[in-house]
Amino acid sequence: MLIESICLMAEITFPYKSDFFTDSDKSIQLVFRILGTFIILFIFIAPISIVEANIFEVTIQELGSKSRSTIKIAVKKLGDHGDPAALPALLALKNKRLAITENERLVILNESESKGRDFFTGDILNVESLVITKPMINNSVRRVLSTAIAKLKLTSDDPVLRLEAAKDLLRRSSSSIIPLVEISLIKEKNDNIKEVLLLVLAKEYLQGDDKKKRIESINTIKNFGSKEFFSVLEELLIKNDEGEFLEKDSEIRRNAAEAIKSVKKRQVFIDQVANLFYGLSLGSILLLAALGLAITFGLMGVINMAHGEMIMIGAYATFVVQNIFIKYLPSLFDWYLIVAIPVSFLASAIVGIVLERSVIRHLYGRPLETLLATWGISLVLIQSVRLIFGAQNVAVENPFYLSGGIEVFSGVIFPYSRIAIIIFVIFIVILIWMLLQKTPLGLQVRAVTQNREMAACMGISTHKVDMWTFGLGSGVAGLGGLALSQIGNVGPELGRMYIVDSFMVVVLGGVGKIAGTVAGAFSIGIVNKILEPFSGAVLGKIIVLVLIIALIQKRPQGLFAPKGRNTED
Amino acid sequence: MIKELISLHSLRGWLYSFGLLALAVILLPVLNIFISEESFLHVPNYVFPLLGKYLCYALVALAIDLIWGYTGILSLGHGVFFSMGGYAMGMYLMRSIGKEGMYKSELPDFMVFLDWKELPWYWYGSDYFSFSLLVILLLPGLFAFVFGYYAFRSRIKGVYFAIITQAMTYALMLLFFRNDTGFGGNNGLTDFKRILGYSLQEPSTKMSLFIITAIVLFLSYILSRYIVKSKLGRVLTAIRDVESRVMFSGYNTLHYKLFIWTLSAFLCGIAGALYVPQVGIINPSEMQPSNSIEMAIWVAVGGRGTLGGAILGAGLINIAKSWFTVAAPDYWLYFLGILFISVTLFLPKGLIGIFDHFSSHKKNRKL
Repeated sequence: MLIESICLMAEITFPYKSDFFTDSDKSIQLVFRILGTFIILFIFIAPISIVEANIFEVTIQELGSKSRSTIKIAVKKLGDHGDPAALPALLALKNKRLAITENERLVILNESESKGRDFFTGDILNVESLVITKPMINNSVRRVLSTAIAKLKLTSDDPVLRLEAAKDLLRRSSSSIIPLVEISLIKEKNDNIKEVLLLVLAKEYLQGDDKKKRIESINTIKNFGSKEFFSVLEELLIKNDEGEFLEKDSEIRRNAAEAIKSVKKRQVFIDQVANLFYGLSLGSILLLAALGLAITFGLMGVINMAHGEMIMIGAYATFVVQNIFIKYLPSLFDWYLIVAIPVSFLASAIVGIVLERSVIRHLYGRPLETLLATWGISLVLIQSVRLIFGAQNVAVENPFYLSGGIEVFSGVIFPYSRIAIIIFVIFIVILIWMLLQKTPLGLQVRAVTQNREMAACMGISTHKVDMWTFGLGSGVAGLGGLALSQIGNVGPELGRMYIVDSFMVVVLGGVGKIAGTVAGAFSIGIVNKILEPFSGAVLGKIIVLVLIIALIQKRPQGLFAPKGRNTED
Repeated sequence: MIKELISLHSLRGWLYSFGLLALAVILLPVLNIFISEESFLHVPNYVFPLLGKYLCYALVALAIDLIWGYTGILSLGHGVFFSMGGYAMGMYLMRSIGKEGMYKSELPDFMVFLDWKELPWYWYGSDYFSFSLLVILLLPGLFAFVFGYYAFRSRIKGVYFAIITQAMTYALMLLFFRNDTGFGGNNGLTDFKRILGYSLQEPSTKMSLFIITAIVLFLSYILSRYIVKSKLGRVLTAIRDVESRVMFSGYNTLHYKLFIWTLSAFLCGIAGALYVPQVGIINPSEMQPSNSIEMAIWVAVGGRGTLGGAILGAGLINIAKSWFTVAAPDYWLYFLGILFISVTLFLPKGLIGIFDHFSSHKKNRKL
């Protein structure tokens, strides 16, 4: 009876892997277990100094345990202990990279899980040859884990880590962290982190009883808080069924009301900035989609309904380049985008030139027929892509320098990919402008646009100019596809989504002017984003379309109409 | 008046058109009812809604031929008028089932499903057939009138008009796709049971609808023929060829264009209303820009400015579509795309153009 209970105790406290005993008899097993139990007992009654040093290691070792509750307690202990040395182990546990080998060595695996580093000794182990088990964690462990990680990060030397941790705490605060935050607040020098920490405290103090601290907290929120604090503040102004305030103190109520007002005011400002950015971003995307069209439609007068498909071809060219890199140059994967720029341009340009030579050339001067024929071309192109690449969307991944973003205000993130597109667009617009204004080809294009016959008389081969212009327009559309592949799905229907918008941009901007196209794209983009919060995305789009249709009534030639007495027909 | 009517066609033309009408209205039903099912001459029941659908498309093509073939205005937004008629009819059909829907409510099923408490105001009266009919006859035309007035007044023409109408249909499609606008979202309106008390499942109802469609198409054809042969029609053709000269001659082209544009939308709305009970569903995808462009290609394939060609084109392409989507779905878009390209490149006058070419050859040989 006694032996059995010791056994049970051993089982709980010292869960050895029983594989070790496969071919030995039970009594040896028993001896080992009792021995193990005594070892643990010994540790507990050993002198404090040894315990101090060992408890950390033992607790860390416990992270690899099989029992979730053991892990949970260990995580909590490590968090409260406050030694940043435990951070790698905790992070590894969170990312499922922590493992334990047969001989109880705690290892942190690398990304491909082929190698592992022993946590205590730092030895690199080849894990593939070892049998490893990963500790299983559930949501309740994960919650404790996040708090523990945040606590440890707060004591780290790296300000980025500290800020991250402070934000994490703000998201899931609990009264237990107050002392920790108070201590770090005193040590903290960085203003940004201080702000967040103050908010963490304010959120907690507000739940307390100390009136002075509560008013202080409200003021902190008033000064730094974002819209996430609305609910916290509004709770203070809730009335019960009899119409009495739940919050008895009128001074606190008054402060809270003021704080709500000022937080709201700040939020409006933040929203405006965010709208402006997203408007610019949308505008730049529209501009990329429409720039090629501005060249083919604006300069040549060719209605190219297959323009959207030129965009799609550019996006698929990017996809192909990406796959070639994955297959043959995986180490240079992040630079595939640089190679994709000329490739996507050329792919679309070549398709465009082929179309111009084979179909569109025969339809000059018959715009409505061109419209229908190019629509037919677009159907053929879409179906071809579907048959080659499948009807499903394909995945184009961002290289590392385009993933992520900067957080301008709390909750407002400007993704790098969108910023890059804005810069890319500016670059392309300048390039096209230079091409049209400063090169012999540009001169010829402008001459042909103004007066085809006269240009031909002056010895310009108008057919060649047409071909190159169309190629240029299509190529630019291909670049648009490259950019779109970085922020959205790439599928056969990609171009279809942009064709109506692109035409709207060109028509709004006025045909034949690159500047008009730029203005058209950005005004549509920004108006769209400003309308969105009031009316929703779809309704915003509808309103913009209606506005454009209305505006064209007033200015049939677009915003930037060429001045002069051009006769129609 | 009668003389004028008769002079619309040559004797042969009249023979053809009445012959086709008789074929649709008399011969097919007779073959369906009186010929036993084993006989190969028997026309099965499923043929009628299918042919009825083609006839509706033919009516749309006729409407587009008036505005594009004769007046030179290419609209890429006729799907809107078609859908307006269709939705008005669809809502009547939905409301007329009363509480027999899945949710046993006075409201249409999709509204119950989307948690609408009461009918939005713009659907008031849609449970009366007479009122719905009025909406079908007036709304598309009215909408077209307003849209056309502003567009033609500011002299938007050619490709600009085409693009703007495309934007219009795109915007309305987005609007109808939304769940909160009360148009049934992307499922549209469906689950129809009866029209004017007659079950839509009955073969006889289907046949009657087909016959009505055929008669409407015939009358519309005669009306269109009448218009294009009249002085009005000549002005329209002149507008197509050189609008500025027509204006210099003292005609206010706005009125002419607006009239034919409105009429075209009116016919299109009727086509939509006839289409819905025969097909059993109407949803926003009818307003996709691609659908409206496809409508234009029906006319181009048949032959612009011939009326008959439009009907022929609509019929042939849709039969081809039905065949392709079953037999070789992957190649339908190839076929359609190549059709677009080859017709514009090689057949500017469409199929009718080929017939004319050969018949004039024959005549020349006789001479």
